Amino acid sequence: MFTHEAHLKRQAVLDLLFRSLTRVIAFGVLALLAAIIVSLLVGSLPAIHAFGLGFLFSSDWDPVNDKFGALIPIIGTLVTSGIALLIAIPVSFGIAVFLTELSPRILRRPLGVAIELLAGIPSIIYGMWGLFIFAPLFADYFEPWINKHWGSMPYIGQFFSGPPMGIGMLTAGVILAIMVIPFIASVMRDVFDVVPPLLKESAYGLGATTWEVVWNVVLPYTRIGVVGGIMLGLGRALGETMAVTFVIGNAHELSKSLLMPGNSISSALANEFTEAVGDLYTSSLIELGLILFFITFIVLSLARFMLFKLGKREGQTA
Amino acid sequence: MLNLYTRRRIINAFNLSISVLAMLVGLFWLCWILLTLLDHGLPALKSTVFTQMTPPPGSAGGLLNAIAGSLMMTLVGTLIGTPIGILAGTYLAEFGQRGWLAPVTRFINDVLLSAPSIVIGLFVYEIYVVRMKHFSGWAGAFALSILVIPVVIRTTENMLRLIPNTLREAAAALGAPQWKIISFVTLRAARAGIITGVLLAVARISGETAPLLFTALNNQFWNSNMDQPMANLPVVIFQFAMSPYEDWQRLAWAGALLITFSVLTLNIVARVLFRQSATTH
Repeated sequence: MFTHEAHLKRQAVLDLLFRSLTRVIAFGVLALLAAIIVSLLVGSLPAIHAFGLGFLFSSDWDPVNDKFGALIPIIGTLVTSGIALLIAIPVSFGIAVFLTELSPRILRRPLGVAIELLAGIPSIIYGMWGLFIFAPLFADYFEPWINKHWGSMPYIGQFFSGPPMGIGMLTAGVILAIMVIPFIASVMRDVFDVVPPLLKESAYGLGATTWEVVWNVVLPYTRIGVVGGIMLGLGRALGETMAVTFVIGNAHELSKSLLMPGNSISSALANEFTEAVGDLYTSSLIELGLILFFITFIVLSLARFMLFKLGKREGQTA
Repeated sequence: MLNLYTRRRIINAFNLSISVLAMLVGLFWLCWILLTLLDHGLPALKSTVFTQMTPPPGSAGGLLNAIAGSLMMTLVGTLIGTPIGILAGTYLAEFGQRGWLAPVTRFINDVLLSAPSIVIGLFVYEIYVVRMKHFSGWAGAFALSILVIPVVIRTTENMLRLIPNTLREAAAALGAPQWKIISFVTLRAARAGIITGVLLAVARISGETAPLLFTALNNQFWNSNMDQPMANLPVVIFQFAMSPYEDWQRLAWAGALLITFSVLTLNIVARVLFRQSATTH
């Protein structure tokens, strides 16, 4: 009797220990995020002291005179990610529609896996392929064409003028697009799959075509989830380092043309961090990292929030 | 003027063919990249790649030190990250019904899952490399383990949630304490799914370059001391591919082929494993 009670007591203590252990570790994940933010803040303090808010709007990048500004990398990051989304959204939508509505049942799984494998290829491979294979072709065929046809147009012409070099913001944007397509497409496919068959069948019953069902029933039903998936892709594109570093050209210059080399936050870090001499240089680069983390954090939070809302509505209707 | 019915059918056919086209575009990139890798990588993949060290420009050599460094750091990173990820994932799935900690952790974990890996590199540089005053294999492994944790947490939680509650209740009815129920019943039942998660995490970190740039750095020589700068495949590929020397570029292609096919194989193995466990349940 006595030993039995002791046994029970010991198990209760072990239970408590086990629960506390998992709890502490889960709390550790929160602490990890806090630690990342704090350490980046501490690291960028010298730069924040030296340049203040002006850091965000200055296009200086002069290691010799210790003058730094984040404008060019920030613009580079936003522009390349923007181009990537412009290309990736329609393509991913097409892929998701194909996988959920058109594909024969047997092909659905292998094709889905193939698209997901595209996401599995390491980003450095995209970078190498972009630099050695894609950029030369881009410079030989696409850029002269767009130069000739769009370069002289009013307003938008200035974005497409300049020598066809192959490396530049447009190339980086296209490669980023290929990289984020699998992410956006698989989220879109997953949210399209949750549309109740009853809704779709009703629309088909009224005589709607497949396209009308997709556009008027599936898309409105999953709108929040689709936007969430796009934001997720945007988060990926913003933080992508290696693929961009290979093809963006790493020039601290502000040019209107998308065909010219530029720089992004992550590629500036990848190229310059280990070679940075002096506290202010290093600290400016760390502040760039902080800005990048901040932007992606907001974008990813929005994405998760939207996907969460869709999931919740799902729970209510089911 | 076409009638409404024909117009709707034409729009339908047109838009659906665009969708097929989009699918083909996606597959086209995949095939193009893989074929390029085979085309450039296979001729460069000689046996010396596995037996010799990374060479100075202009002389022959291999990737042995880089391959060994990558394997060591990936292994240590996985060994550190996996238990943390499994325990935190267990908390989210088994104890996370009440309170604020679980939903907040889940949210933060989802954000960390796609956080830019280069920032993780910066973080480890700030808290470890700066203190130690030198780059090291340990720092690289820590950076990689931070990338492993969110992936493992996510899959562990999802897999544990798939375990039917009746299983937990049956164990509880036999008088098992909670820690035994979780570690000997639910975690064991979810084993295949959790292994899938770990494999996916390994696949993710074995191609990561950005977090290693400022942590493990690189090393031209053989080094099995984790406290020293360590060669690793991704950074060597980066350095060699960006160089103007042709023999370095050839080695970079060989390394790229190795990395890509091991990552894709891991991905496929993980999926097959998961599918098998899903059908036997």
